[in-house]
Amino acid sequence: MSTLSSFSPGTAHRFRTWLSLETIAAWLLALIWIFPLLYALWAAFHPSEYMVRFALFAPLTLDNVANAWAQAPFARYYLNTFALVTGVVIGQFVVCTLAAFAFARFPIPGKNALFLLVLIQLFIFPEVLIVENYRMVSELGLINTLTGVGLPYVASAFGIFLLRQTFKTIPQELEDAARIEGCGWLEILWKVYVPLAKPTYLAYGLVSVSHHWNNFLWPLVVTNSVESRPLTVGLGIFSAPETGVNWATISAATLLSIAPLLVAFLLFQRQFVQSFLRAGIR
Amino acid sequence: MQLYGALLLLPAAVLLTMFAYLPTVTTLISSLYLPGFRGAPAEFVGLENYRLLFDDPTFWKVARNNLLYALGTIPTSIALALAMALFVNARLPGRGLVRMAYFTPTILPMIAAANIWMFFYAPQIGLFNKLLGALGFSGVNWLGDPAVALYSVMAMSVWKEAGFFMIFYLAALQAMPPELKEASDLEGTSRWSFFWRVTFPLLMPTTLFVLINALINAVRVVDHLFILTKGGPNNATNLLLYYVYENAFAFFDRTMAATITVVILLTLAIIATLKFTLLDRRTHYQ
Repeated sequence: MSTLSSFSPGTAHRFRTWLSLETIAAWLLALIWIFPLLYALWAAFHPSEYMVRFALFAPLTLDNVANAWAQAPFARYYLNTFALVTGVVIGQFVVCTLAAFAFARFPIPGKNALFLLVLIQLFIFPEVLIVENYRMVSELGLINTLTGVGLPYVASAFGIFLLRQTFKTIPQELEDAARIEGCGWLEILWKVYVPLAKPTYLAYGLVSVSHHWNNFLWPLVVTNSVESRPLTVGLGIFSAPETGVNWATISAATLLSIAPLLVAFLLFQRQFVQSFLRAGIR
Repeated sequence: MQLYGALLLLPAAVLLTMFAYLPTVTTLISSLYLPGFRGAPAEFVGLENYRLLFDDPTFWKVARNNLLYALGTIPTSIALALAMALFVNARLPGRGLVRMAYFTPTILPMIAAANIWMFFYAPQIGLFNKLLGALGFSGVNWLGDPAVALYSVMAMSVWKEAGFFMIFYLAALQAMPPELKEASDLEGTSRWSFFWRVTFPLLMPTTLFVLINALINAVRVVDHLFILTKGGPNNATNLLLYYVYENAFAFFDRTMAATITVVILLTLAIIATLKFTLLDRRTHYQ
């Protein structure tokens, strides 16, 4: 290292921090943690004979991606996931906003007990009640539809909780002012509360998008055709060991299905981390 | 006003009833009945289904797996998450990159993560065994050996979760007043005892929060099993929720599935009680 030649006390110190045991441990852990993803990248863009042969100048190829794209209807899966995630988030925003507004500002008899009842859903998720929810969705005739995949998640206790917290911090005076101007309840909600809660919507939206982009068990149970399968289920079926698809192709398919979220994360890292934090501290 | 408020709650109330409360109740009910054959009415059998379940050695094996899975993954993830947060909170060259590396697994779908780890674990062509082979060791059947498989699954879960928990520790560390460190530096406290006497106790609320979340995830997340092991070999990696799925959608035994679901619900109820008693003493909803 070049710092060795100019050995002033300052650089010596810097050199020590560079090489401290902790720095090495931190970087080693980071390497281990990112390695699986790097490996997937390697496998996806090299011919399969290089799967476990790491030659620096191994030829790059897009064949695996092309194969994956050709062997399974990924375009359709993308469309499904996209529609599902959009629908769930819009539904959650509407339903949770209304309920949160009621909990924050309306005198409802037994409000606290009702709110506790809502919080129970923080522990009982739709996928835990998979058997009975399946029955419910099939009675509604929604099996194998995106609505069936998304509907159980629309009334989210988590969203209601987060938005209620935010609404409660908004000063009553703003609402009173709007009322004097002649605004009705919905107008007050739309013009005062919703705009002031934008950061919460962003945080909740990001968390919800990544959750539903990644969700697997419930969509797997409810869908049974290409028309309604989201990416995760498509990928799960495509890469099941018994299908015998070659690994380089599976690797490419895996990257295909995580790429949009991964790229979004790399671009907006700060917002993602902030959102997970905000949403996590409940 | 009251009517208006009730109207605002209505959509959420209807949906929550349909997909949370009603299914919970019907799960409880169907665990007490045996379905009738060919349209005959279901027969009330009391706790008979539970007796059957508790006589089923596979259930105990699965429950034990899940306990082991929780005991194995949770402390490890929490310790790693704390270490990661301390690393990233200190002056560290390339801090942003390191933090990104730790956090990235969090945003991957479990299915994708399992696919990637499959490349490591596969018996002949997997990377781990190739490496062992290159070093002159014989390979391990990471997912096929009943003595090893659950640990292989656990390793992947730890990798997936630690970075998520890290961000909560990191936020707590950053909220810590710097005066504490300055004071202890003046006193000449060693970093080791500063950590155990000051940092760690102050992080207790975060640790509890993370613990609750980790417990919930240990019950709730079974996606990776679909790719890695399908609960095998011989149920060595089967977890409760996956066993519910198998009973309901592979063996078509809805009653057994409902009965196991009740066990899961009870576990979640215990976790919820833990949360509301331990964690929320300090937080106020109002």
